[in-house]
Amino acid sequence: MSAAPKARSVEVLAPRWRPAALLPREPAQDLLLVFVAAVLCFFACLSVIAALGADRAARGWAGQIHGSATVLVQPAAGESPDASAARAAETLAGVKGVSEAAVLEKAKAEALLEPWFGPGPALADLPIPRLVTVELDPKAPASIAALDSALKGAGVEATIDDHSRWTRSIMRAGGLARLAAAGAAVLMTLAAGAVIAFATRAGLAARREIVEVLHLSGAEDVFIVALFQNRLAELAAVAGALGAAGAISVGALMRLLGGGSGLTPVLPVAWSDLLAVAPAPLLAAAIAAIAARITAMRQVRTLP
Amino acid sequence: MSRTPASDAFPRADDADIAPVVRFEDVGVRYGRAPETLRDISLALMPGSFHFVTGPSGAGKSTLLKLMYLAMRPSRGLVSLFGRDTATLPRKALPAMRRRIGVVYQEYRLLDHVSAFDNVALPLRIARLRPASYAADVAELLTWVGLGRKFNALPPTLAGGEKQRLAIARAVVNRPDLLIADEPTGNIDHEMGLRILRLLVELNRLGATVVVASHDQDLVARSGMPVMRLEGGRLTGVDAGTRP
Repeated sequence: MSAAPKARSVEVLAPRWRPAALLPREPAQDLLLVFVAAVLCFFACLSVIAALGADRAARGWAGQIHGSATVLVQPAAGESPDASAARAAETLAGVKGVSEAAVLEKAKAEALLEPWFGPGPALADLPIPRLVTVELDPKAPASIAALDSALKGAGVEATIDDHSRWTRSIMRAGGLARLAAAGAAVLMTLAAGAVIAFATRAGLAARREIVEVLHLSGAEDVFIVALFQNRLAELAAVAGALGAAGAISVGALMRLLGGGSGLTPVLPVAWSDLLAVAPAPLLAAAIAAIAARITAMRQVRTLP
Repeated sequence: MSRTPASDAFPRADDADIAPVVRFEDVGVRYGRAPETLRDISLALMPGSFHFVTGPSGAGKSTLLKLMYLAMRPSRGLVSLFGRDTATLPRKALPAMRRRIGVVYQEYRLLDHVSAFDNVALPLRIARLRPASYAADVAELLTWVGLGRKFNALPPTLAGGEKQRLAIARAVVNRPDLLIADEPTGNIDHEMGLRILRLLVELNRLGATVVVASHDQDLVARSGMPVMRLEGGRLTGVDAGTRP
């Protein structure tokens, strides 16, 4: 008696029917996969933030010393060291491309040597070299040759240090830090890809019966592959969002606790650095989709 | 019922104006280094025909059907479906050919995690049709096989006969040219077996070429349909059947 109304109900409900997911959800396995992928994404995002911080630190330090030079003045015969230094500063201040040239006060020069000789009378017995600090015009800095030529023209014997040796070292250190951080991010990405590939293989093995039914029912390879590709991309997007959120939280904490310098001057954190990891969910989804597609396609093509 | 040697039972390909739906020539199947499971099988099934395949366990019935629904390739010989040699078909062309074949598996092979409705709709979904274009047909078919009341049920909750009818509905929903059923009455009672037989005959009347593997001799005899007999991997003969 109830058959007729129920039978009608299937016809009534049919227009509202929406196809169900062809791959069953596996909450426990999916959660595990999301967790592992989120951890990898977290470290990859943290590496990106670290790389940006290291880059900023290296550029900042290099910029600070690149725009200046230090001149070690040799006192001329019959002239006091202070007089020689003052003459050198005056000469250098007139060179085009020099913003400022000033004699480094004796007390400051002694302070620079104090770490090596210690405080007290030992320094008093030493001939303290007289230094002139030169600030170069950042837009059109004077060349070392121009400074040297000006000093020679004024009859001042001096040695000029443009800090290039330090700049190169700092840039090299910054480059290495960037490279290490980028390498870590790439490794995490590859590891995430491998995890997704492994999950795809496991998923295909666990759902082989479904895959075979689809295959024998006339599903094209891409139809079957898309099921795994989309599912894993979806999970990876969630993992990417969680990992990025974790890294942003850590970065924000560093910024809030340490100001613009972060927790250490080696890794200054800017708010804009945190935005750099915002595409992580999309990137994670894309990597997962590619890894799953390649893996699933290889497996599906083994079917007759 | 007249009995004919297998070699003379089928029309020769070049004799027929219409190409057979299924044509085997000297087909052999071997798993690894074991002796051949199927040997020297030659047959031709014409459009609209209905054949039973019988034989003892291990005779090769399921293997024969697997070749027909492209679940495996022969070790030797020619397998031609719808007039095309399957060995020379590119992989890309196989899905479209499979969509012309409906299969009722011995063990049903339903998707347990989706509803009866979703199971029946599967071939149409695979054919990338829009749900709106086939939902009403699926509902009608479910009602036709007597599962209109259980459209939302998951397969594990259905009885054996219901699962079988659901599997048949899925196999015929896209109106296949070739319908293959492997022991469709194997796990159900005799009465339900007769009902399913009537369903298959009805589908055959609607135009499908039907091949049914069965060890139920009583059912086969009552159907009056032609019977291909397999023994030891060989096609030993064909009974023409009593139906006109």
